[in-house]
Amino acid sequence: MNAPPTLDSKVPSGILSDAWTNHKFALPLINPANRRKFKIAVVGTGLAGASAAATLAEMGYEVQSFCIQDSPRRAHSIAAQGGINAAKNYKGDGDSVHRLFYDTVKGGDYRAREHNVHRLAEVSVNIIDQCVAQGVPFAREYGGLLDNRSFGGAQVSRTFYARGQTGQQLLLGAYSALMRQVSAGRVEVRTRCEMVDVVTLDGIARGIITRDLETGAFERHSADAVLLCTGGYSNAFYLSTNAKTCNVTAAWRAHKRGAFFANPCYTQIHPTCIPVSGEYQSKLTLMSESLRNDGRVWVPKTKGDQRPPALIPENERDYYLERRYPSFGNLVPRDVASRNAKAVCDEGRGVGSTGLSVYLDFADAISRDGRATIESRYGNLFQMYERITGEDPYAQPMRIFPAVHYTMGGLWVDYNLESTLPGLFVLGEANFSDHGSNRLGASALMQGLADGYYVVPATVTAHLAGRKLERIDTSHEAFAEAESASRARFDKLLNINGSRTVDQMHRALGQLNWDHCGMARTKEGLEQALKQVVQLREEFWNDVRVLGDGRSLNQALEHAGRVADFMEFSELMMKDALTREESCGGHFREEYQTAEGEAKRDDADFCHVAAWEYRGRDQQHQRHTEALSFENVQLTTRSYK
Amino acid sequence: MGGHSDETLTLTLNIWRQSGPDTAGEFETHSREASPAMSFLEMLDVVNENLQREGREPFAFDHDCREGICGMCSLVINGKPHGPESETTTCQLHMRSFNDGDVIWIEPFRAKAFPVLRDLIIDRSPLDRIIQAGGYVSVNTGAPQDANALPIPKQNADLAMDAAACIGCGACVAACPNAAAMLFTAAKVSQLALLPQGAPERESRALGMVEQMEAEGFGHCTNHYECMAACPKGISTDNIARMNREYLRASILSR
Ligand SMILES: Cc1cc2nc3c(=O)[nH]c(=O)nc-3n(C[C@H](O)[C@H](O)[C@H](O)COP(=O)(O)OP(=O)(O)OC[C@H]3O[C@@H](n4cnc5c(N)ncnc54)[C@H](O)[C@@H]3O)c2cc1C
Ligand code: SF4
Ligand code: FES
Repeated sequence: MNAPPTLDSKVPSGILSDAWTNHKFALPLINPANRRKFKIAVVGTGLAGASAAATLAEMGYEVQSFCIQDSPRRAHSIAAQGGINAAKNYKGDGDSVHRLFYDTVKGGDYRAREHNVHRLAEVSVNIIDQCVAQGVPFAREYGGLLDNRSFGGAQVSRTFYARGQTGQQLLLGAYSALMRQVSAGRVEVRTRCEMVDVVTLDGIARGIITRDLETGAFERHSADAVLLCTGGYSNAFYLSTNAKTCNVTAAWRAHKRGAFFANPCYTQIHPTCIPVSGEYQSKLTLMSESLRNDGRVWVPKTKGDQRPPALIPENERDYYLERRYPSFGNLVPRDVASRNAKAVCDEGRGVGSTGLSVYLDFADAISRDGRATIESRYGNLFQMYERITGEDPYAQPMRIFPAVHYTMGGLWVDYNLESTLPGLFVLGEANFSDHGSNRLGASALMQGLADGYYVVPATVTAHLAGRKLERIDTSHEAFAEAESASRARFDKLLNINGSRTVDQMHRALGQLNWDHCGMARTKEGLEQALKQVVQLREEFWNDVRVLGDGRSLNQALEHAGRVADFMEFSELMMKDALTREESCGGHFREEYQTAEGEAKRDDADFCHVAAWEYRGRDQQHQRHTEALSFENVQLTTRSYK
Repeated sequence: MGGHSDETLTLTLNIWRQSGPDTAGEFETHSREASPAMSFLEMLDVVNENLQREGREPFAFDHDCREGICGMCSLVINGKPHGPESETTTCQLHMRSFNDGDVIWIEPFRAKAFPVLRDLIIDRSPLDRIIQAGGYVSVNTGAPQDANALPIPKQNADLAMDAAACIGCGACVAACPNAAAMLFTAAKVSQLALLPQGAPERESRALGMVEQMEAEGFGHCTNHYECMAACPKGISTDNIARMNREYLRASILSR
């Protein structure tokens, strides 16, 4: 290993609004004829990965793309419902790049890097143009122009959408661009193929090891740059709104090879999800928070009130969000809404058979606007709710509860989106970069596409042209070492032959994370959970039962590999939550709150990014910090009163 | 629709077991209890958990989002792709659609072009190759014109969105007596035919995608409309008519 990398954010100097343009100008160029000599491995085919792979191939690079699903089109991005933000100001309601920038920094509770956020707001405008050019069928008005809505509590209408399937349509746009490059012979796509390690040579990422999920074969792939676009780690909590295969494996493997992990404790809990119905529950379903535009959130005023909602008179209901936040009411940001739901349930005022849900009531909206109007606005969502719960939300209030939804933390990257492991770039939800400690609605899709279509295709040259990259062959010792380590790990999982299934162990881990590192965290709880997670990990490696072999399609084995990494990762997430002795955004430490129960930031001591360095099996992680400075937005306390 | 009670359902499950693409498969019978509130896949999860505790290998089945949008889940349930409920994917199906004492047959989507990889998992890569043959607009990432410089009548935009809602699951193929991939292919051809962005490549797209569909070994459409009945996204066979017109037009023009 070389000297430990330092946290140089490479943020350009000069005026914020010119920074990206100037930076691009300063980056080296690679002439088109030379680009084909560089091979880029793009892991992941969600919005970030598909857009990056397609764009780099269009530019002339040789691209290899990898995903777990049987087609790149099925990446988790497909599930995003609500929309994508862009500072187009088509509505003429005062939106601008600066306002989107400002809102995102504030919404992130002042824990994001100003320059990254500003760039995101700038390129948001190009994204919409690009998607429309691809044929993405965004919603339109009668005059044929694009429609927008206000989303997630924003005061302007800047969200573009395609019915309730925005993620699907954006991903299919990027996927079609990728398929075009496949047919042009510039991209090779490997489906059902999981990255299990990064290969480094002289401290630079030079390839990956994958496991073919159909045959179990381990394969070596060399590359001049590796792009991780592998999504978030919400499934560390077992129950989340994420697709079942979402994992931390790729990021964690890269972390163990030198990429620092930033702010792992920043997780987002979404307030409007369908509550858990039983032990067999396998995932949670999000319902668009647009529901909060018309639904009123309430619980009974008295503890343990078991009456059906219709029999609880108006004056015995507590519309707690409207009561506590008169100006934002039911539209307070996600973290605030989620925490308040937990608080009322903790008081014993939760509803439903488990007591772990609150009402979202449309009765007033229906009597005000008529059933037909509500149906035209939320028909699909109401149908989805009924399909899952068997309850009719037109006749009785919905029941909702918060669920883990998104992870703001991720691998640390500089302004070029390069991690501390040179040659390894991280895009989309997998990096930590733009959302601080809380992400605003409709901005993850924006970030994924910004990173993939615009940022990395420009910045990757800093690495490719700026460093001397020796030719590397997959017969190199570095590949052999990484492959045999991966092989050994999977063999070990198959040989334990214990008594508990992978799912059982994953559930136990999820429960531990949810109880102690979920919506509200305490020093005591985290310290206790840290001991338990180490123990659970040991139990996993001694008692998990994975049947079958490693030479064919084996879903339990795949899952076991991912859970093993979640076990290690969770410890770091808890450690990060324990060391961040403040509350900010999605990270709420009960010890640090105002008299009214709001998150209390500590800007004097914690206005920084925490980036964790892996230092070996028996060593403690090392915590590094990158100070955040706010020169264009004033640090204030968020208030939604 | 079946029982809505909260009681437990006792079910007889006949589930397809096949160890690999080159081996023969057969149904395996299991008797299990399920709660009506479970999703169908959660019921299978429980079957798999129990099997593993007994030291037997779980059934492999594809799934991911479990909310009806990724197109990963499949399964033919009692003879129907995605099961008994209309416009519902397998992952969205809940056990309250079944009755106590039901016998349920669970098998993979069957089509010559979709070989079984293991148990209930099939290979659907031909669908990607059909898209590669023209299911895109040839525009590089760059700085295209402002999105609102190209107004599109709302009606066309809405029809394009209806077609674009296809999740690429392949149920239409599994439902078709000829294992045709017409509905899937037509949905993409239609979406782009309805939008001005798709116009410049109209002919090459229709020809390329239809030819690829045939090359992959999918059958021909003989107007059974089983595809539309099975489609979880309600994709209309009007799209097939539109694709046929596009194809005919392109064939004439390319002569
Ligand atoms: C239900 C839901 C609704 C949402 N709605 C919105 C919304 O309305 N607006 C918004 O802005 N955001 C929304 N989000 C968030 C947003 O969808 C995600 O943050 C975003 O799509 C992530 O994109 P990504 O490209 O980073 O990763 P993903 O889309 O998660 O893609 C990850 C890719 O990496 C691959 N992969 C992962 N690990 C490996 C590995 N080890 N080896 C090989 N491949 C691997 C996967 O196969 C996949 O292709 C929503 C999220 C959820 C859960
Ligand atoms: S047309 Fe319908 S059934 Fe066919 S692949 Fe698309 S969504 Fe599935
Ligand atoms: S699992 Fe995604 S559609 Fe069924």
